[in-house]
Amino acid sequence: MQQTQEHRAIRQTVRKFVEQELNPHIDAWEAAEIFPAREVFRKLGELGLLGITKPAEFGGLGLDASFSVAFAEELGHCTCGALPMAIGVVTDMATPALARFGSDALRREFLAPTLTGERVCSIAVSEPGAGSDVAGVTTTARRDGDDYVIDGSKMWITNGMQADWICLLANTGDGPAHANKSLIVVPMDRPGITRSKIRKLGMWASDTAQLFFDGVRVPVRFRIGEEGRGFAMQMQQFQEERLFVAASTLVTFDRLIAQTAEYTRQRKAFGQPILDNQTVHFRLAELQTEVEALRALIYRTVELYVENKDDAEVVKLASMCKLKSGRLARELADGCLQYWGGMGFTWDNPVARAYRDLRLGSIGGGADEVMLGIISKAMGTLPRKSRG
Amino acid sequence: MKILVTAKRVEDPESKIKVKPDGSGIVQEGLKYKINPFDEIGVEEGLRLVAKHGGEVVVVSIGGKEVQEQLRHALAMGATRAVWVNHTGPLDQMGVAGLLQKVAEKEKPDLVILGKQAIDDDQNQVGQYLAEFLGWGQATFASKVESLESEQEKNKVPALQMGADNKSVRVVREVDNGLATLECALPAVVTTDLRLNLPRYASLPGIMKAKSKPIEELTPAKLSVDVTPKVQVLKMASPPPRKAGIKVPDVATLVDKLRNEAKVV
Ligand SMILES: Cc1cc2nc3c(=O)[nH]c(=O)nc-3n(C[C@H](O)[C@H](O)[C@H](O)COP(=O)(O)OP(=O)(O)OC[C@H]3O[C@@H](n4cnc5c(N)ncnc54)[C@H](O)[C@@H]3O)c2cc1C
Ligand SMILES: Cc1cc2nc3c(=O)[nH]c(=O)nc-3n(C[C@H](O)[C@H](O)[C@H](O)COP(=O)(O)OP(=O)(O)OC[C@H]3O[C@@H](n4cnc5c(N)ncnc54)[C@H](O)[C@@H]3O)c2cc1C
Repeated sequence: MQQTQEHRAIRQTVRKFVEQELNPHIDAWEAAEIFPAREVFRKLGELGLLGITKPAEFGGLGLDASFSVAFAEELGHCTCGALPMAIGVVTDMATPALARFGSDALRREFLAPTLTGERVCSIAVSEPGAGSDVAGVTTTARRDGDDYVIDGSKMWITNGMQADWICLLANTGDGPAHANKSLIVVPMDRPGITRSKIRKLGMWASDTAQLFFDGVRVPVRFRIGEEGRGFAMQMQQFQEERLFVAASTLVTFDRLIAQTAEYTRQRKAFGQPILDNQTVHFRLAELQTEVEALRALIYRTVELYVENKDDAEVVKLASMCKLKSGRLARELADGCLQYWGGMGFTWDNPVARAYRDLRLGSIGGGADEVMLGIISKAMGTLPRKSRG
Repeated sequence: MKILVTAKRVEDPESKIKVKPDGSGIVQEGLKYKINPFDEIGVEEGLRLVAKHGGEVVVVSIGGKEVQEQLRHALAMGATRAVWVNHTGPLDQMGVAGLLQKVAEKEKPDLVILGKQAIDDDQNQVGQYLAEFLGWGQATFASKVESLESEQEKNKVPALQMGADNKSVRVVREVDNGLATLECALPAVVTTDLRLNLPRYASLPGIMKAKSKPIEELTPAKLSVDVTPKVQVLKMASPPPRKAGIKVPDVATLVDKLRNEAKVV
């Protein structure tokens, strides 16, 4: 992946932003189980960080993914997983389809104020009855004159308690499951929407909501792109999400290893620093090697993505990035936590927080098994019957 | 109004800095670099002044090609253009001030702002030499005691304030027993202290715009400055490592050790 002076400069800005504007508040936001989204996004928007890859006409910078991945990587300096996730939802999960396929009017009305940080958004795909099986969502948007009327429920929606608008995947027809869905922008101040907050194992500073839609009306022109293309657009949008998620873990991984090395260097047992046990420093060396291997895979995927985002190889590689990052997160957080002994089992320990937060990696944005399915399909080894 | 601000490239204080075993310098490998924080404060102050009075901030750095990174940082913050004095090899504070003198004579700024010192060698000399060489007034350690960012502070008079006629500058500076206010005729030299302001972030649009802002290349030869150092660094050494602490079993032992070993009570 290319690393120019501008990449380095953006990295510096993001890191400084995380250290000065986010990290001092993380403990309070974790305790409150929410962060002040409007304030944080406005600050990010002022620095132009919400529209890195977005078109210039709508306030973006029009840069390629090597810049947004550098941004994601530096967000890893955050001392929790919640903020990088919440920010990633806005920059790389809820907005790519709108930016690419939305009408000019829709982009002016919703994308532009999102890039300045005035409006907070969510991506609403998962449902109580359908997570991994995206084609199985049952929320409907029925046509009634110039409106869609939306009924159903969405589950696990990040930023869901604070979002001003959501990018909703809903059934707009009765055809086959991959061709009857659309992505629709839904302003959250419409009558008929209720939200309820979900308590979680980790990612506490991020508000996660279940949303209910009861006869919610939005104009048909709020649909992104063609009717019936929603599933396909969401599958494309997932590539950005997966690259973001994987890249945002790298620096956190580095930090966990470094913190564990530092702690075990100070901590003595049986007459020597715990780190001096070969099993400990070899394990940390092994884990750091895995992190570098993941970093190399991510950079390779980004290079390919920058060349041609619709290359079939990108889907496979992005899924591998996501899979490996989720798997490694579990192995690494558990492995590091072990060397902290009883301290690792305490609530406020940084490794304990990472252990809780990073566990999501193997579930959110497509579970490990879903990634394995995509990779198998690309390898031509997936049995016919399991194909959706 | 034209303001010339320096941007020295220094080791990032977060890097682990080690002295070479032979004492000839520090180990360069793996080090990160950034703009001297006091210079960054200078850039910020310059930008605030031109935002109010109009004009431009010109930024200058001395060093090899790599210092362009720090110049670009200042350009990304909002400086208009940059001057790069291309020089590698030894350079002492007199040499730096000599080069800056020539740059200042060429640029004819109303104000030169420098950091009070650079965090690598902590010399605190260049601003003072420069004022002397140019024959201009100087106000060092421009400061504010409280953060300028609080609402209360924003309403206060800034530490650097131009005279009504744009011919003088009023500078609040930190001194041992409080704040002193100086008034200097322009052109003048000001050095910044830590609490002068909180520098802005380089925004993403700023970073991309900086790419196309001009950097003029000069050399000591072009400026006709002899930079042969008068000061030579003979040897560098790390401070002795701090001894590990000990745990004492009870308060009585602690008091005993404080009294008889440390002799502090
Ligand atoms: C904190 C958090 C934030 C989230 N944010 C959002 C958001 O902003 N927007 C959004 O739309 N969604 C969001 N999600 C939802 C997330 O994407 C889903 O949880 C995820 O896709 C898994 O779906 P599910 O929970 O319904 O699990 P299920 O689909 O019920 O799957 C459960 C498990 O079954 C296994 N499994 C599933 N399919 C297969 C298979 N084919 N082969 C083998 N095993 C399989 C996997 O181990 C999987 O973990 C979030 C979730 C969490 C927890
Ligand atoms: C919830 C909880 C309840 C507890 N209850 C009790 C209780 O009721 N009574 C009580 O007395 N204690 C209790 N403990 C303490 C517990 O027994 C200790 O945490 C445990 O023995 C580990 O000791 P430590 O935390 O000091 O870790 P350390 O001794 O600092 O060890 C840290 C890590 O270093 C590694 N390590 C240590 N030695 C070696 C070695 N030789 N080679 C390789 N690696 C090594 C291990 O991975 C270990 O986990 C409790 C702890 C917790 C978290």
